[in-house]
Amino acid sequence: MKKYLAMLLAGAMCVSLLAGCGGSKSASSGTAASNAAASASSASASAEAGVLKIGGIGPLTGGAAVYGIATKQGAEIAVQEINAKGGLQLSLDFQDDEADAEKGVNAYNKLKGDGIQVLYGCTTTGSCVAVAAESFSDRIFQLTPSASSADVTAGKDNVFQVCFTDPNQGTTAASYIKENGLGTKVAVIYNNGDAYSTGIYNAFQAQADAIGLDVVAVETFPDDSNTDFTVQLNSAKNAGADLVFMPIYYTPASLILNQAKTMNYAPIFFGCDGMDGILDLEGFDKSLAEGLMLMTPFNAWGSDDRTVNFVKAYQDAYGSIPNQFAADGYDCMYAIYEACLKAGVTTDMSAADICEKLIATFTDSSFSVDGLTGSGMSWSTAGEVSKAPVVVKVEGGVYVTQ
Amino acid sequence: MKQLSPSRKKLVNNAVTYGIVIAAYLIIQVLNAGGMVSPSIQGQLVPICAYITMAISLNLVVGFSGELSLGHAGFMSVGAFSGVVVSLSLQEAIPSGPVRLAVAMVVGAVLAGLAGFIVGVPVLRLQGDYLAIVTLAFGEIIKNIINILYVGIDETGLRFSITNEAALGLAAGGRAILKGPMGVTTNVKLSSFTAGFILVLIALTVVLNLVNSRAGRAVMALRDNRIAAESVGIQVTKYKLMAFVTSAVLAGAAGALYAMNYSSLAAKKFDFNTSILVLVFVVLGGLGNIRGSIVAAAFLTVLPEFLRKLNLDQYRMLVYAIVLILVMLATNNETSRIFFASLRSKFLGLFKRKGGAR
Repeated sequence: MKKYLAMLLAGAMCVSLLAGCGGSKSASSGTAASNAAASASSASASAEAGVLKIGGIGPLTGGAAVYGIATKQGAEIAVQEINAKGGLQLSLDFQDDEADAEKGVNAYNKLKGDGIQVLYGCTTTGSCVAVAAESFSDRIFQLTPSASSADVTAGKDNVFQVCFTDPNQGTTAASYIKENGLGTKVAVIYNNGDAYSTGIYNAFQAQADAIGLDVVAVETFPDDSNTDFTVQLNSAKNAGADLVFMPIYYTPASLILNQAKTMNYAPIFFGCDGMDGILDLEGFDKSLAEGLMLMTPFNAWGSDDRTVNFVKAYQDAYGSIPNQFAADGYDCMYAIYEACLKAGVTTDMSAADICEKLIATFTDSSFSVDGLTGSGMSWSTAGEVSKAPVVVKVEGGVYVTQ
Repeated sequence: MKQLSPSRKKLVNNAVTYGIVIAAYLIIQVLNAGGMVSPSIQGQLVPICAYITMAISLNLVVGFSGELSLGHAGFMSVGAFSGVVVSLSLQEAIPSGPVRLAVAMVVGAVLAGLAGFIVGVPVLRLQGDYLAIVTLAFGEIIKNIINILYVGIDETGLRFSITNEAALGLAAGGRAILKGPMGVTTNVKLSSFTAGFILVLIALTVVLNLVNSRAGRAVMALRDNRIAAESVGIQVTKYKLMAFVTSAVLAGAAGALYAMNYSSLAAKKFDFNTSILVLVFVVLGGLGNIRGSIVAAAFLTVLPEFLRKLNLDQYRMLVYAIVLILVMLATNNETSRIFFASLRSKFLGLFKRKGGAR
């Protein structure tokens, strides 16, 4: 009987322990008015008083981690620079979403629970659309560095993009190829299991039809088996294509370049911003990319002060050359910072108030941001950024702006 | 002291399972009303319900029927996307959200059941490893089909295409619902915790009743000794198919519930990894142990989010994996099992003694 008594007591202790947890939780979440008031006053009195809490979301693990990590690191460089200036201080809490909508919403809810005031992210489109629906109903301002689908901002006044949209890229690419006479017969190789790739291709094809660009071959590859491209390349070669448009990420593109070389097929290869980073790919022979053209908003070998300083800071901190994802992330932080200064946002405002002020500022025609990925960036009420894509060509292992 | 008869023991056991689910629901609702549930937990309630239903339904196949199925996410996917298409195309016809959700879940369940039947008839002639591989292939086929499928709606009705959005030929005012690899990006959220709770209860009722019925005993007899069961006249295909299709139906409903909780959804989500995740819930909870499946699904869904709170950054998923291994070891360890068994018998003994004194 003693044994049971001991067990009962132990059980009671466990329960009281749990009850203790519950009590402290309710106090910190501020259900009781007095508790809330007390915690609010203590928060404003603490050292973190003047910090604007920014929550970031992007993939830090999984297949898309390279992009998420780049946006995180680019933003961190910007936050350090801004905080070093004094004045408005930013803090960035970046959460992993594994490029998955479910995890993205989970990460968002976690950040919301922590009381973020501005949302930065997500890196990938699928996750971003799901999170944007949440931030729209909660009224938290959201700025994404790289979720480029038009669906991200559609119907949501609080969501803005720093990258250009997929359809915009496809249209611009088709026009650029036509206007500069880069190729008469164009082949397209794209990933039909990927939203980004398909989105660009659809717009490219529509524009090509409209302006009379001759698309002779359209080849696809699935998302999960992308190691052999000889079939696609042969089809392009047999169709006599002198330009291959590849709206894909750089990892499969590096294999395509390699395989084209072994089969002595040398058209002009033309990529989009997902191709940026190919020169930094481990084990990639840079000579293969010679002559490769791509549209990217950011040239890490640019000579303006802003780019040089950023690349240096990034290399010192992380030991690699930043790609356009990092640059977009950097610009996001500055866009938020400058909009906050212009709108007179203070750190004790609620997320909803900040949201309204920032929306008004971003859509204000007099507001523009000079960043790494474009100067004089301004935003439409639809949330899309207006900046000109830059076409670069790889010459001697570096980008040369065309 | 009277020993409980087997049927009575089962009744008590089932009542405890229902009790746990209902109690969990009530506790969360009360805490929620008091504003004591963090947004992080609130956001996970619906996926937890969906995963619990997935685990219960897979347990029917893996635990009771004894067939290793690696394509369960395929049925979830069928239910999810058909549910979303139904819900978005009936937006004007059925203005009420809960009703539309129910319709979407029913349609998702029926179509997933149909897929289960089509797959089940040839697949269930196989056994063991072969069956596992075929179900795995089936899951990938479903994923790839939905990845190239475009569905739109205009005033003439639904339109399908497997080339691209333009090929749908939508009339003015029409809109694309499912856009190939982009999936659904304009979904309207309808799912609620209550709907999820009801689904879990339905799944529990269906599975527990099936398992404790004549058909369920036939299914388990086939699992334990196929030759002996066949020799007494139990039809193999019929009973195996019954378990498989029931499981697919429940997975379809869970998929629809899950899909209606997010405004964007892509076919990529329902890949091999999701099938394995659900299998992990089942194995961790114990094969043939419904209550275990429920607890394991809830625990493993909350765990990665809980680890976020500890600020582990990049080590979060590593810790998740380690915790998973440790829990697997602990629950399958003979010593710990004996410990838990003795603990349980002691508790039961305590209750019995109290009952006797009364």
